[in-house]
Amino acid sequence: MNNKVSFLTQNFGKYDTSSIDSYMKIGGFSALRKAVKMEGEDIATLIAENKVRGRGGAEYDMGRKWSQARKVPGNNHIIICNADEGETTTFKDRELIKNDPFNLIEAMIIAAYVMRATDGYIYMRAEYACFRPLLLNAIRQAHKYGFLGKNILGIEGFDYEIHLYSGAGAYVCGEGTALIRSIEGKAGRPRMKPPFVKVSGAFARPTCLQNVESLSLVPHLLLDDEKVYQSYGVGDSVGTKMISVGGNVRHPGAFEIPFGTTVRDIIYGLAGGIQGDRKIRLIQFGGASGKIATDDILDTPYTYQDLRAHGVMVGSGALCVVDERTSVIDFLRINQDFFSEESCGQCTPCREGNLHIKIILDKIKAGTATKEDIAVMEKIARVMSMSSLCGLGETAQNTLRSAIEVFPEVFAVGGAEA
Amino acid sequence: MLTEPTQAYPLPDTLREKIDQVLETHDYDYTQIVGILLEVQDLNERHYIPEPVAYYIAYRLDMRVTNVYDIINFYSELSDKPRAKYPIQVCSSIACRVNDSASLAATLKDILSIDFGETTYDGRFTLEKVTCFGACDRAPAVRINGHVYDHLDSRAKIEHLLASLD
Ligand SMILES: Cc1cc2nc3c(=O)[nH]c(=O)nc-3n(C[C@H](O)[C@H](O)[C@H](O)COP(=O)(O)O)c2cc1C
Ligand code: SF4
Ligand code: FES
Repeated sequence: MNNKVSFLTQNFGKYDTSSIDSYMKIGGFSALRKAVKMEGEDIATLIAENKVRGRGGAEYDMGRKWSQARKVPGNNHIIICNADEGETTTFKDRELIKNDPFNLIEAMIIAAYVMRATDGYIYMRAEYACFRPLLLNAIRQAHKYGFLGKNILGIEGFDYEIHLYSGAGAYVCGEGTALIRSIEGKAGRPRMKPPFVKVSGAFARPTCLQNVESLSLVPHLLLDDEKVYQSYGVGDSVGTKMISVGGNVRHPGAFEIPFGTTVRDIIYGLAGGIQGDRKIRLIQFGGASGKIATDDILDTPYTYQDLRAHGVMVGSGALCVVDERTSVIDFLRINQDFFSEESCGQCTPCREGNLHIKIILDKIKAGTATKEDIAVMEKIARVMSMSSLCGLGETAQNTLRSAIEVFPEVFAVGGAEA
Repeated sequence: MLTEPTQAYPLPDTLREKIDQVLETHDYDYTQIVGILLEVQDLNERHYIPEPVAYYIAYRLDMRVTNVYDIINFYSELSDKPRAKYPIQVCSSIACRVNDSASLAATLKDILSIDFGETTYDGRFTLEKVTCFGACDRAPAVRINGHVYDHLDSRAKIEHLLASLD
C-alpha cells in the first residue's frame, strides 16, 4: 500500500518556517514570480483544469470561483483565508499552517494578483493562537522583501497587505458572512444572502473566501510543469487531498492521499487500524455536519463521486472512526451537543430545532421515545435543513438523517403509546 | 454618551498602560476588537474582562459599550466573569469523547472537587466544557491558557499536570 504522497505537503520539513531566506532557497516565491507574468484568467483556468474543489467543506469549483470573482468590478477586492477549522476531527489546515506558512502567504499574494485585491485577511481560530507568531513573522519578512506592500515585485499598482485576525471560539464564524462580520469587529452572526460576498463581502467590498488547503495548493500547481498533480487521483477527483483521521484509530493524524485511496487503506494502513482490533461501529465523514457509514464503506475509493454514491461526502476531509464500544445513540447525542452549543440562536429553526432534537434523542436513549417522537424528530431535521438562515442549521442534522437511513433499527421504537 | 461612565470606573495606571500597549499593537483599530479582547483578558490573572476594562476599551475605540458586551457574550473564548488562574478546558466533541475524555473529566472533577463551570475556592482552577479545539489526534487532552496537554489517560498523569502548573 503506497498511499502517502507529498504534493501539497512537499515543503514539509524542507525549510526553516521562521526564515524567508530558507523558504526561498527551496524555490519559495518562484510561483508568484511566474504568476505575475501570466494573465489572471489563465491562473483561474489552470485551477479549473486541475478540477480543484474548495477544501473547506462546500466542494465548490475553485477555478470557476476565481474566474467569477475577478470579473466583479472594482479595484479593492479582498481575499480571505478561512483558517477557522472548526469542524470536529478536522486538523489538516493546522498542519499546513504549522509546516508551510510561507507557502500560504505566497498563495494569498497570487490570489491578490488574480483578483486585483488590495487586502488579504487570514481568519484563524483562537485555538491556533500558538501559530500567530509564525504567521506574523512570515508576513513581516514577506513585507521586508517586497512581496507585500506597495508595487509588489516592482509592478506598478500591485499593492497588497495581509492582516491576521483571530476568532474566539465560535464554530459559526467559519461560515462566510459570519466570518466577515467578525473581521468587521462585530459578533459573528450570519446574515441572509444575497448580497453574495463575492459582490459585497467584508466592508462591503468584493470578497473571495477560500480555505487554507485550497489556497495552499495554488503555488504548487503553478510550478507543476510536469503535471504531476494530474497523475494522481481517479476520474473527476483529480490530484491529492489532505485528510485528518481521528477517533478510535491507533495512529490518528493528518495525511495527504491521492484521491482514490480506499477507506480501508486510510483507516487500516495510514491510521494503523482500530484500537484493540475492535469492530467499527460507524465512520463520520467531514466532521460534525458530516454523514455516516458503516464498515461496508471500507472498500470504497475516497473520491468525491464514490463517497457521494455511498451517502457520505468528503466535506472537511475528516474521518472520525467510532468503534463498537459507543452506541449509535450515544454518538448522535454527543454530536448533537456540538450543535446545541454552537448554534448562534439567531433563527428559529436552528435554535429550537437543535433543542428539541436533543430532547428526543435523550428520550430514545432512555427508552421512552414514542413513534410520534421519532416522526417529529425527522420532521424537525428536514425543516431545519430547508429553512435555517445559514449553513450551520442547514447541515446540523446531516448526521442524524444519515443515521436514520443507515441504522433504521435504532429508531424503530415502542409505538405502543404513540 | 454611552462611553462616559469610564470616568466613574478609574483603572489603575499600570493596567491602563498595559491595555494601551495592546491597543497600540492593534493600531486602535476597532475591527480588531476580538483579538484585542482576547489579549486584554489575559492581562488579568483570572482571565476575564472586568466591567471598567470593557468601558475603557469602548471609550478608546470609540465604540458603544453594548457592542463590546455583545462581542464578549457571543464568543465563548471571552468572559466577563472571573475564571481561574488556570481555566482547564475539556473537549466534549466526538473524537475526544470516544477516547474516554469522560474519565478525564471525572478524574478532574474528583481531584478538584468542582463541577463544570465552577472554580476552586483558591481561584486556581476552573473546569470548562468546550467543543473541539483541533487537538483531536492528541486525545484525551485539555487546553489551559492556550497550551494543549495531551494523552491524559491516567490519574497519575493528570495529577502530575496539575502539580506542574504552579
Ligand atoms: C457553519 C459553517 C462552518 C464552516 N467552517 C469552515 C471552516 O472552519 N473552514 C473552512 O475553510 N470553511 C468553513 N466553512 C465553509 C465556508 O463557509 C466556505 O465555504 C469556505 O471557506 C470556502 O472556501 P473553499 O471553497 O476553499 O472551501 C463553514 C461553513 C459553515 C456553514
Ligand atoms: S442557522 Fe443556526 S447558526 Fe445559522 S443563523 Fe440560524 S441560528 Fe445562527
Ligand atoms: S474532538 Fe476533541 S479536540 Fe477535536
